[in-house]
Amino acid sequence: MTELTDLTISESLAKLKTKEISPVELTQAYIKKMGENDKYNAYVTQTAEQALERAKKSEKRYADGTNRPLEGIALGIKDLFCTKDVRTTACSHIINNFVPPYESTVTQNLLDDGALFLGKLNLDEFAMGGSNETSCFGPVVNPWSKATKLVAGGSSGGSAAAVAAKMCAAATGTDTGGSIRQPAAFCGVTGIKPTYGRCSRYGIVAFASSLDQAGPICKDVTDCALLLNCMAGYDAKDSTSSKVAVPDFTSFIGQDIKGLKIGIPEEYRPDGLNPEVAAYWDKAAEILKAQGAEIVHISLPHTKYALPTYYVIAPAEASSNLARYDGVRYGNRVDGNGLDALYVNTRTAGFGKEVKRRILIGTYVLSAGYYDAYYLKAQKVRRLIKNDFDEAFKKCDVILTPTSPIEPFAIGDKKMLENPINMYLNDVFTVSVNLAGLPALSLPIGLSANGLPFGMQLIGKAFDEATIFKTAYQLERGAKFVRM
Amino acid sequence: MAEYIIETEKGKWEVICGLEIHCQIISNSKIFSGASTEFGDDVNENVSFVDAGMPGMLPTLNMECVHQAVKTGLGLNAVINKYSEFSRKNYFYADLPQGYQITQFVHPIVGEGAIDIDLADGSTKTIRIERMHIEQDAGKSIHDIDPKKSFIDLNRAGVGLMEIVTKPDFRAPEEAGAFLRKLRSILRYLGTCDGNMDEGSMRCDVNVSVRPLGSDEYRTRCEMKNVNSVKFVMQAIESEAKRHVEVYENGGEICQETRQFDPVTLKTKVMRKKEFAHDYRYFPEPDLPPLILSDNYIAKIKSELVELPDAKKARFVNELGLTPYDAMVICENKEVAQFFEQAAQGCDAKKVANWLMGDFFAMLNKKNLEIKDSPVSAENLGKLVTLICKDVISGKIAKDVFEIMAETGENPEEIVEKKGLKQVTDTSAIEAIIDEVIAANPDNVASYKAGKVNLMGWFVGQVMKQSQGKANPGMVNKLLKDKLG
Amino acid sequence: MSIDNDTVRRIAFLARLKVEQDKLEETKEEFNKILAWVEELGEVNTDNVEPLVSVNSESLTLRQDEVTAGHISEEILANAPAKEYGYFVVPKVVE
Repeated sequence: MTELTDLTISESLAKLKTKEISPVELTQAYIKKMGENDKYNAYVTQTAEQALERAKKSEKRYADGTNRPLEGIALGIKDLFCTKDVRTTACSHIINNFVPPYESTVTQNLLDDGALFLGKLNLDEFAMGGSNETSCFGPVVNPWSKATKLVAGGSSGGSAAAVAAKMCAAATGTDTGGSIRQPAAFCGVTGIKPTYGRCSRYGIVAFASSLDQAGPICKDVTDCALLLNCMAGYDAKDSTSSKVAVPDFTSFIGQDIKGLKIGIPEEYRPDGLNPEVAAYWDKAAEILKAQGAEIVHISLPHTKYALPTYYVIAPAEASSNLARYDGVRYGNRVDGNGLDALYVNTRTAGFGKEVKRRILIGTYVLSAGYYDAYYLKAQKVRRLIKNDFDEAFKKCDVILTPTSPIEPFAIGDKKMLENPINMYLNDVFTVSVNLAGLPALSLPIGLSANGLPFGMQLIGKAFDEATIFKTAYQLERGAKFVRM
Repeated sequence: MAEYIIETEKGKWEVICGLEIHCQIISNSKIFSGASTEFGDDVNENVSFVDAGMPGMLPTLNMECVHQAVKTGLGLNAVINKYSEFSRKNYFYADLPQGYQITQFVHPIVGEGAIDIDLADGSTKTIRIERMHIEQDAGKSIHDIDPKKSFIDLNRAGVGLMEIVTKPDFRAPEEAGAFLRKLRSILRYLGTCDGNMDEGSMRCDVNVSVRPLGSDEYRTRCEMKNVNSVKFVMQAIESEAKRHVEVYENGGEICQETRQFDPVTLKTKVMRKKEFAHDYRYFPEPDLPPLILSDNYIAKIKSELVELPDAKKARFVNELGLTPYDAMVICENKEVAQFFEQAAQGCDAKKVANWLMGDFFAMLNKKNLEIKDSPVSAENLGKLVTLICKDVISGKIAKDVFEIMAETGENPEEIVEKKGLKQVTDTSAIEAIIDEVIAANPDNVASYKAGKVNLMGWFVGQVMKQSQGKANPGMVNKLLKDKLG
Repeated sequence: MSIDNDTVRRIAFLARLKVEQDKLEETKEEFNKILAWVEELGEVNTDNVEPLVSVNSESLTLRQDEVTAGHISEEILANAPAKEYGYFVVPKVVE
């Protein structure tokens, strides 16, 4: 028998509307799962009581017919979104007691559409990391782990794991260099990073402002479309949010892809690419071809430089964005003899190792005498990377690549920990998209020989999430991936 | 040009000075948040989550601040940059909530410009403007409440500022003083900044270096931060320039450093050496896309610009016949100029100017009043001057009438009417008084006729006295001469 | 470009972070490794390439000059580690 928590959002909504199930019942089922799957360490703050209160209100709305698009749907929220009166920590010790007196625009949009929140989800500290191991609350365990505990990916590891382990109907994530797509791939779920500017960044703890974008992590493609409908939209409180109209993304679900040109970038198939990854990539192309799409080979010549570019720009912006955590107006303070000592003590004690590493790198690349060689250079290369995509999209409608070059690895993996660059290299397929501000979705394509999920990535033109959804849905149908 | 050379036994030195002026923009809300700019409210009440640098908060640009900046740029005869960018200036300080200041660095909204300053010798000099950018102000740290703690109020954090940077064009303290007065005057005309240095809404950083007279090198300069009056700016330049000369003449070197001017000792002291200089790590503000202004937008602001002091001054000289000096004094203050124009409507502008700059200003000074609070309205001052011009009252009587106006605010026409102060211009009435005076002073009449012509003044005085000052002095003179032969 | 311990210390202070003496060497090594890696960017010819400042091509939207926030000092101060008389409090700043 299927459990209520197995249902996708679209299935749940159908049953809620016919009153076959009730929001309270559905919410209770998720709360039960949260308890059972506590071992995955996905939630850092649980708000079950508030969720049930809201579920009761949703029940009334279904009764009197005033139900909204996401009425009674239980979501998990990445703990990077500020939630009014609910502790928001960015999984950093430096603000692990911070209670925002305001709500982020994205979570407000979801609340306005009737969703309820089960709690706040684990992430890499300030979203800096690719394995959720930098969280001050400890790593998230990938629900697909066998004997060895595996990472859930990062930074939205809690979000992906919670969705995979059915501890929420869907979750919000943020993606700066792959933080939605990579954990989604690692946990066998679906996530989309929309075009930069689609979702307001207001109220989301900033990592790298020119790259950060919010998006949903869901059980399937259709749910992603549903959720993004509610999350996206222009917000006057975010000057980088876009005024481009948001179409109904669900309307593209089920549309055929006959004649659609699928670009395969040659640079994403380096020598030594994991053969299993390569095989699934081919398989995905075959599935799309079988639906009538045309495969075209494209070139993104500056791909090789995307990672170094990213690891200059993101830390630079982060070093500035994280200056506000100084122990003066909020957060944990460690006193010292004088103001500078207070700053140094507070920040040295409050930030974790990876965050400090990136702040130092970011500070260095912006400092006098180095700005031109690093930051300015990176911005110029960033332009070339964006130009590559502009050129490529003259030949194709959507680009297909793997999401990650590897499968989930063990928590505490030596190779990843001893050299930060090894960890950074895992973002090789995802960072270009952020640098160019494009939308990209990751969906599960199949399991590795070790029984672990692999993800495929679809990259679209700016503001053309529609084509991604259309293609992703067909790929999902063809891949027949079995969720956990 | 103002001659200012530091001369010692060893040689002659020239002063090189440039100014950076921070001007608070007049707007209702802050430059990047919707909190009020109101001064003097309770602690931390005019603070939004954005101003407090709360996690996830983002700046949104106030259109009025852009409008005010463009207006100011046009007032400085400067290039308005259609493309400008915001940058972050990174440094830690207790009253800088975000850990950075949002400012403009590589691409400011206003480029090069120039304004003319008026010097005491009647000459003018052009001071070039390097650039002007807009940015946010910091909060306020209060150090004197507690011996061990500083207190932070963020009410001012995020108020919009314009930072005007001049070229190093000043060669004398007087020029810097004249520039600040002129700038303040322009800003007040435009209504973009109230220009109050003592309240901190206009703050000045002064850069000073010296060089041997006749040389064209630029030597190391020192910066004095936040000098807060025109007088102090002039004193600071003088004191710092002399210090440089002394150091050089004693074989020393000046190091680049930030100094503070102490208005009590009139000396400057070191605040920060160069090796402790900040490394601000400027980079483009990723939370704000570039600011693009259209030609139409700029043209519209230009077309709505008020007449500025220089144009007004020229008009007062050319059309109303004022001397350049009078015109300059009147035009420095927008309210004074407006008052003058209103008073001078339809009467002798030069006489109005004399009255304004004489008795009127003296009265305001004595009563310690602003022109807007003057008991004598512009209209009434104009009427008073008209009464004089039309020979209704004499200049002497006018002074008495003005005294009354200053006390009661009354209309001079009514005062003259009520008190019967109208000048007597009726020949027979004056002749009657003259006859009386002649009849009563036969000795003096005889002396006069015997050649003591300087007794004329005494006779005029007697007649005026008899008429209680109301007789027209010109007519008295003429008629007396006729009678005394 | 390779950096030395002094630079690590200077950069750390700019960021108001402390690198313990015994971690200095390790931090420097790691720093240099990452810098060497990002210096691959030097291979790219970027002559006449404009730096990409904003991926969003839309111009900056301006806000009306209206007072829409404020008078929430309680909320502003709610999370403050030290506050007195409505002020945030820090150790005495010596000017």
